[in-house]
Amino acid sequence: MGYGRWISGFGVVGLGVAFFVTAPAPLPDDALIGADGTALIGDPIAGEMVFHAAGCASCHSAEGTDALAGGKSFVSDFGTFYAPNISTDVDHGIGAWSDHDLASAMIAGVSPNGAHYYPAFPYTTYSKMTPQDAVDLIAHLRSLPADATPSRDHDVGFPFNIRRLLGGWKFLFASDDWVVADVATPELERGRYLVEALGHCAECHTPRNALGALNTGDWMRGAANPSGDGTIPSVHSDDLGWSAQDIAIYLDSGFTPDFDTVGGEMVDVVDNTSQLSDEDRAAIAAYLVALP
Amino acid sequence: MKSLILLAGVATVAVGTMAFAQDDVDPAVTARQAHMQLYAHNIGILGGMAQAKIDYDAELAQIAANNLAAVAALDETTYWIEGTAEGTKALPAIWENMDDFMAKQDGMTNAAAAMADVAGTDLASLQGAMGDLGGACSACHREYRQRN
Repeated sequence: MGYGRWISGFGVVGLGVAFFVTAPAPLPDDALIGADGTALIGDPIAGEMVFHAAGCASCHSAEGTDALAGGKSFVSDFGTFYAPNISTDVDHGIGAWSDHDLASAMIAGVSPNGAHYYPAFPYTTYSKMTPQDAVDLIAHLRSLPADATPSRDHDVGFPFNIRRLLGGWKFLFASDDWVVADVATPELERGRYLVEALGHCAECHTPRNALGALNTGDWMRGAANPSGDGTIPSVHSDDLGWSAQDIAIYLDSGFTPDFDTVGGEMVDVVDNTSQLSDEDRAAIAAYLVALP
Repeated sequence: MKSLILLAGVATVAVGTMAFAQDDVDPAVTARQAHMQLYAHNIGILGGMAQAKIDYDAELAQIAANNLAAVAALDETTYWIEGTAEGTKALPAIWENMDDFMAKQDGMTNAAAAMADVAGTDLASLQGAMGDLGGACSACHREYRQRN
């Protein structure tokens, strides 16, 4: 009797903890308020650079078009995910969302109706995006055309279809810490921001554990392709052996030092990085070459 | 001593034969890989100039661009034989989308011809044609080449 009460007591506490841990938490209401107490103003021109650096179009553009109508499929061990429509369409895109809704989606991984997103959407890295970059990106998104294609539901089986469980995943694996803790120069710091926060390079180039979390001990050292097609190469200098200049040229032109060219999904990535500034490409390259 | 040399000779031939057996690649595969190497060699000269790794030389640039355009104009039909993807970086998707694959080859033919039109003019013209050339390469590598 006494033990039973204890056990059920633990059970209630455990459920309470689980409920608390898995509850979707959107951004605080003041997340987009600047240091001077007024709302941050988004600059759509600056936001276009954030858009390219964050690689939004690589996943959200419909096949063969520039419209952010979604529909691209992403096969994984947990099911097949479909990128949603993030065009400005009011019914099927993000046209009716507030800035706070959009920032919560990108930075906290929580939808406007309070559900967790699957981390196929790399909010675990966008969480390190600066609030100013977020409002700039939002201003740019709002400048893009609408497309009325409905988003397709993900094809994910039990238990992964219980979105609430993603709260536990986030609790275990999402982190606001940088993987490379020490950056000696402003260029390396910018490179770290572009790679670890916006570019989400590690989502493909770093291996994952059985629960789909990145193994940061093998940071950027290559991984299996979740779709089963070949492997994704290491971009650590131990394996790649390219100079920083080689990497910067590749991210601009798509040419390797041997004058082979970029292939596979990386073609879409180079489409984005080729639109960044020379300084930003150099910063990415400097960060990669300096990886410990 | 003579028998030792003979033995060494026999061993060499045997190892050579084994190596040949392991390298028993379909000649169509060898041909298309050589085709790609000719691309890379000539683009290496043009790209080296475009990236200022080697000095711009109008005559040499024109030779490389002419070679590239000549290779790109070849009809590749005989290289891309169905059933020869195994063990190569060519994806089976090639044979499921042969019309698109051939259209992308036409894109390469056009980009190489455009390069040959301007490579000998000056460095800026050569650099201007590099983007479309690289784009034509990766258009195919995006869809039809195996990741590592």
